[in-house]
Amino acid sequence: MAPQNGRKSEPPTTGHEWDGIREYDNPMPRWWLWVFYATIVWSIGYWIVMPAWPHISGYTGGVLGYSQRAKVESQIQRNLEAQSVYLKQIADKSLPEIQADPDLLAFAAAGGRSAFAVNCSQCHGSGAQGAPGYPNLNDDAWIWGGSLNEIAYTIRHGIRNGGTDARDSAMPAFGRDEILEPGQIRDVVEYVVSLSGRPVSADAAGRGAEIFKEQCVACHGENGQGNKEFGAPNLTDDIWLYGGDRAAIQASVHNSRRGVMPGWKDRLSPETIKQLTVFVHSLGGGE
Amino acid sequence: MTSPGNSVTADPVVERVDVEPVNAAEKRSLYQKRRKIFPRKARGRFRKLKWGVLAATLGVYYLLPWLRWDRGPNAPDQAVLVDFPGQRFYFFFIEIWPQEIYFVTGLLIVAALALFLVTSIAGRVWCGYTCPQTVWTDLFIWVERLIEGDRNARLRLNDAPWSAQKLRKRILKHAAWLVIALCTGGAWVFYFADAPTLARQLVAFDAPLVSYIFIGLLTFTTYMLAGHAREQVCTYMCPWPRIQGAMLDRHSLLVSYRAWRGEPRGSHKKGDSWEGRGDCIDCNSCVVVCPMGIDIRDGEQLECINCALCIDACDEVMDKVGRPRGLIAYDTVAGLETRTAGAASRPRFVRPRTIVYALLIAVAGAIMLVALLSRSDTDVTVLRDRNPLFVKLSDGNVRNGYTVKILNKQNRPRTFSLSADGLAGAGLSIVGDDDLSVAVDADALRSIRVYVTAPGDGASVADFSLTVSDVADGAVYRHATTFRRAR
Repeated sequence: MAPQNGRKSEPPTTGHEWDGIREYDNPMPRWWLWVFYATIVWSIGYWIVMPAWPHISGYTGGVLGYSQRAKVESQIQRNLEAQSVYLKQIADKSLPEIQADPDLLAFAAAGGRSAFAVNCSQCHGSGAQGAPGYPNLNDDAWIWGGSLNEIAYTIRHGIRNGGTDARDSAMPAFGRDEILEPGQIRDVVEYVVSLSGRPVSADAAGRGAEIFKEQCVACHGENGQGNKEFGAPNLTDDIWLYGGDRAAIQASVHNSRRGVMPGWKDRLSPETIKQLTVFVHSLGGGE
Repeated sequence: MTSPGNSVTADPVVERVDVEPVNAAEKRSLYQKRRKIFPRKARGRFRKLKWGVLAATLGVYYLLPWLRWDRGPNAPDQAVLVDFPGQRFYFFFIEIWPQEIYFVTGLLIVAALALFLVTSIAGRVWCGYTCPQTVWTDLFIWVERLIEGDRNARLRLNDAPWSAQKLRKRILKHAAWLVIALCTGGAWVFYFADAPTLARQLVAFDAPLVSYIFIGLLTFTTYMLAGHAREQVCTYMCPWPRIQGAMLDRHSLLVSYRAWRGEPRGSHKKGDSWEGRGDCIDCNSCVVVCPMGIDIRDGEQLECINCALCIDACDEVMDKVGRPRGLIAYDTVAGLETRTAGAASRPRFVRPRTIVYALLIAVAGAIMLVALLSRSDTDVTVLRDRNPLFVKLSDGNVRNGYTVKILNKQNRPRTFSLSADGLAGAGLSIVGDDDLSVAVDADALRSIRVYVTAPGDGASVADFSLTVSDVADGAVYRHATTFRRAR
């Protein structure tokens, strides 16, 4: 009887053995060798056609002159051309018109978001959430106005940067310049705290009210509700740019606060400023 | 080398000659030329079964894209459609969105497990009957047989010098193969677009370039793999023969030569006694019908695809010489041993291995079924703003922003209303929308920005739910989320 499960002639093995498993040493199929040669021929063709070999000052460009860098550039160019349709509309249309067109609004808000990340987030924060001294642009409190046109003006010309059209105002440094006595400042602070409905010492606040009437109403208004023409913040609400506790308010009255923002009209294109305006207005607090 | 001062007697200098015997084992060729296989036509029940499987699988493949399925006005009416531009997969009554790709994953897992189960029960029957490589190779061999004749005629034609007749047959054969290959590639692209529309476009040379590229690619691979490479694919290219060794055991059915019955083999003349010899008359019928070109009598082999054509061939011979059928049959290693010892044997299908595979299939299938049945035609996802987490407003209230996505998988436009439930003093507004209703197109997704405003004093993290309700039928979809405030 012939071996039950064995070929008439077993192929030779490699001689290796792992846990009783031996490896046959069968020859490779010939076509496999030809496929291997074909890949070599292909690679030579590839060297000729495509960029391949580096040399000292560059590389062999290949007959096709293909370049990933050029491809990316052409893709960027193509995208810019696709954007140009929208950018032209943004240049031509007014801010309210842009806002009224859903496509244009989405484009402008997206463009504004990226421009904001590059130019504005350093001070206002990546989420436009602000920081002490740098206003939160998501809320509904605006120092210089939150309408489309006011936001656009602020972005274009900036604040207290010495430019001719820049928004400007100067709060006196009541303590440092010895306009008020320290005791008077404490009284004014007590009165200002009372404006946002917090409990205060009635005596001090009463004295402070008198001083406030003399020194502060011109800008901050009779009831402390602020005045956007002078960039005088509303003192009756819950938003405090430099902090709302007594120490922070006292520091503001003593030293004055004169926040500065650069004007962007010479650095950014009018279209970009429009997109930034629409974006900032869309953050939730636009008026 | 000896260093000076060492008092060792120097060996006599014998130079080593660098020479090899001409017949050294290493001189064998590393490469083997493919030996062409000319399988003879088999007749019998397994051949019939294979024709049936071939007709069924190819029929499904070529005709399925043409099957229509009414889904209403806003959806395609093709029963099976992979719509890449529209990001949908339609399968009869099921419509899958990209984020539900796990249904396809689950299907593949169940298919893999089913393959494991079948392999552990009956060996490589997938390879032998249903694998596309086998099916198309079978079809191509059928065409070859039709044009050039059966094995002997084909062998003669192969050895014959070139003549007008040989040229005619060869051209005819390759042309027929190419037509089949073209239809194969052509059928493929119909799964990815509306079949009648694409067919018209293809004929008018108006179809997307990618269709022609895929048709060309699949025409080439079908022609090469089924016409030329054939058994080389199974033996050398396919990883599955290597993997399935893990699923086979002593109780798996394999196409087996019953050596205990067949040996000693030898030629047999009519009227000779069968005493003292085996039933195998060494006619080599099993070898000539084998599409892999192997001899099943050599035992289990890597190349064998379990297609059972040798069983048909041998049964036919056994009938002729008047011996019982089944000299070659589906049998197990354990069964062969039992029968060799003279006892009867039945295959054991219920074994720990098959039980585990069957259980896994049941579990995966049940999970899929539950997921499929409980799947909703409306999905709501809510993304809370993370930057800023919350915004304090001038009146002391706090505002949180949310991006709400409503997926309407129904084939009709719907309107939803929004509300914030479970948050004290909460107000809700939709950006760019004055009322609280959201219109979503049929079979579409709409993303909206939602602001929720609540008093500034309260838990720094408050749980509540954003509720989306269908205005028309009142169906309510809640999504739990949080509202954040300063500590």
